[in-house]
Formats: sequence, structure tokens, C-alpha cells
Amino acid sequence: MAEEVKLFRNWSSPFALRIVWALKLKGIEYETILEDLQNKSSLLLQYNPVHKKVPVLLHNGKPILESLVILEYIEETWKQHPLLPEDPFEKATARFWARFNDEKLLPSIRDASTKQGKEQEEAIVQVEENLKYVEEKLKGNVFFGGETIGYLDLAFGWLANLVSVLEEVTGLSLTASGKFPLLSAWMQNFSDAPVIKECWPPRDKLIIKYQAMIEKYTAVAAPK
Amino acid sequence: MAGGDGVKLLGYWASPFALRVEWALKLKGVEYEYLEQDLQNKSPLLLQYNPVHKKIPVLVHDGKPLAESLVIIEYIDETWKQFPLLPQDPHEKAKARFWAKFADEKCVPAILGTFTKVGEEKRKAANEARENLKTLESGLEGKRFFGGETIGFVDIAAAWLGCWTRIAGEIVDVKLIDEETMPELCAWLENVLEAPIIKDCMPPQDKLLEHIKGGIHKMLMAAAST
Repeated sequence: MAEEVKLFRNWSSPFALRIVWALKLKGIEYETILEDLQNKSSLLLQYNPVHKKVPVLLHNGKPILESLVILEYIEETWKQHPLLPEDPFEKATARFWARFNDEKLLPSIRDASTKQGKEQEEAIVQVEENLKYVEEKLKGNVFFGGETIGYLDLAFGWLANLVSVLEEVTGLSLTASGKFPLLSAWMQNFSDAPVIKECWPPRDKLIIKYQAMIEKYTAVAAPK
Repeated sequence: MAGGDGVKLLGYWASPFALRVEWALKLKGVEYEYLEQDLQNKSPLLLQYNPVHKKIPVLVHDGKPLAESLVIIEYIDETWKQFPLLPQDPHEKAKARFWAKFADEKCVPAILGTFTKVGEEKRKAANEARENLKTLESGLEGKRFFGGETIGFVDIAAAWLGCWTRIAGEIVDVKLIDEETMPELCAWLENVLEAPIIKDCMPPQDKLLEHIKGGIHKMLMAAAST
């Protein structure tokens, strides 16, 4: 039975990357539709009229939106290489930490990278607190999923390459300090894992992109 | 009367997030012990069970704590199979998760902004809130409830929104959910708030009105002093 799976994404979105990893880990054949977010296709706007964002997964013509929602859909539809634990409590815990990443950790790292002065100092303190929780989560495990990569690794996955990009662009030391040895080890292991490794966007392009983004924020914030 | 499963819920009487967890437990007929928390003076129990966010609701099942109301509701749905809240079909399930997320991330901030900002910012927030509520309405797809013929995940995720918005609207004289522009959403709200278990769990409306009034006043004062 031919299944039609398409993924709308752009070259750099860490949220879309989660879906690429999930599809590849489960060995699902799919077609990529590469979007230019400055010039969104009419198809993207048709399938995601509410948010007009990537990623969008299209399965047999039906769209699924929001990266964590898409990951759960993929998990429920294709049972090979399970990404979430079976046990409802373990599963709920993984969901809790994925939300923590999206709602607390990621915004705090974004703030630390883009704000100035006192606001930046406060954001950095917040990042450290947040990373301590992540470090704690890794005790006794190679991956957040245990012995193998799972849902939570994919949720935190963006850290494994973007943290060092942001550190290079801003001069900040978020994990480079060595304060989070388990997290640093995870970042290396995750980054080097076969399916994950081949999907990273080109680093030099990422440096340019985030440099430009931070310059834009800094210019806006600069006192007149 | 605690059942063998040992379910406790740490909540706060006026919290809509605790309310929606109670709705889920009650719809499924799960026995639980409710522990009212003092949010101005957080108990060691709350801080132990939710050290990351220090917030309610927290569900404790057989001694294991879970936080984040929508995560808790999914856990409840997976653990107690009677009266399913999420659809079986993966695509329908994904749609339900999408709409619950949309209600929390888009509707709530805009609605809050309408009641706590002033002047031009208030007007903009109100317009955004109406747009978002209109978008939420499209998730109904002409059904009686988001869950279809019976109350489901999105209904219990979003029902409080309608109730709180109405109350706040009376306080500051702004109508966000309007029969003319959102007839289906209005009808949905009537139906869901009248449903037996939903209605029974609501905090006393007069107490809630005072509580919301106090909250709005505090936030308006804070906005005025900046």
C-alpha cells in the first residue's frame, strides 16, 4: 500500500529537524518540500493557515502541525523503533520535559543570546538553572530515552548543535564551561549518532544566520 | 475515600488549570483526594512534588507526581480507559492536541491582555483575542463539542476560557465571545458549561467573580505604575 508522506520544512528550523530525525529513525519514506520562509508557498499556507509555519507533515493528504504533536502522530502511526516509553507515567514525564524545553529552556537561551545588560545577566542565570535540570535528567543514562535515542532526545536535540553556534556568535559560555558534563557528553553522543549526524544543517550557514539575527536584536535594543 | 490507586490532586479553588484536571478525573469516575494549596505560602509538599515550576495542579498517583495540566490529562486518559477523552484515530488525536495548544498559547494571552491592558494596547489585544477565538471556533467543525457528541480533551482544555472570559467581560465591559460573529462557539460554551460534571465542579460564581475582579485590578494597577 503506497503511503504518501510529505514534510514541509526549511533548511534550518530545529523544530522541523525533529521530524526529519523521527522519520529517518523509523525508516519512513517521505518527500521533502523545502520552504523559503520569506516567501511561503501557497500549499504551506493552505495546510497551516493558523500559524503559517513549518514543520507540517502531510500524511495521505492530511496535515499534522506543531512539531511535538507531529512526533506523537508519527509514533502512533508507525510502530517500529518506538520513541516514547510504554509506561504512561514515563511517557507523561517525557512530555513534561519536552514542554520544559520548548517553554522554558529554549526561550531562556534565546533571551541570553539576544538581550543586553541586566536582562541578559538574568537570562543567563535562568539558563544555568534550566540546564541543571536537564543535567539531572541524564543521570545514569546515555540518552534521555535510555540506551537509545527517543522522543526527549529529539526534543532537546537542537541543543547539540545550536548551543555551540550561539556560543561562537555571542561569546557566551553556556555549556562550554564544562559545568554540565553529562549534558556535554550527551551532546557529543547525540550529534555523532548515525541518523542524526547526516541531517545537521551546514554550520557555516547557521553561524551567518544567527549572527544576523543577533545583530538585528542588538541594533533594536541599542540606546539612541 | 481514597481508592487503592492512591490518587491525589494538589490544586487551588480558583485555578482553571486545576479545574480541568478535576473535570478529567470526575468524567472518568476516578476517586481522588483533593488537597487545596495556599499559593501565597507554598507548602513543602508542593515544592517537593513540583520543584521545577512550583505550581499547581500536581497529580500524585501511587506516590509519583506529575505537573502541567494537559500532560496530566493525557496521563489520566491513558491510565483510566473509561470515558475516553482523546480520539482513537491518530489524525483526530493530533487535531485535538493542536487545538488545546492553540487555546492555551494563543487565546489565553490575548484574552488576558484585553482585561489587563489599557487604551490602544487593550484594543489591539481585544481584536487579537476575537480573531483567535474565531479561529478556535473553526476547530469545532460544526460539531456539538470538540470531542463530537460527547465532551473530550479540547472541551475540557478550553471550557474554562469561555467562562472566565464572560466573567471578566462583565467586569471591564468588553464582550469577546459574541453571538453574531461566533455563533458556534457561543452554542458550544452554553452546552459545555451546562453539562452535569462540568457544571458541578465550577467554583462558586460569586466567589470567582470577586477573585477575578481582584486579579484584574491588581494587574491594571501594575500596568499603570510602569
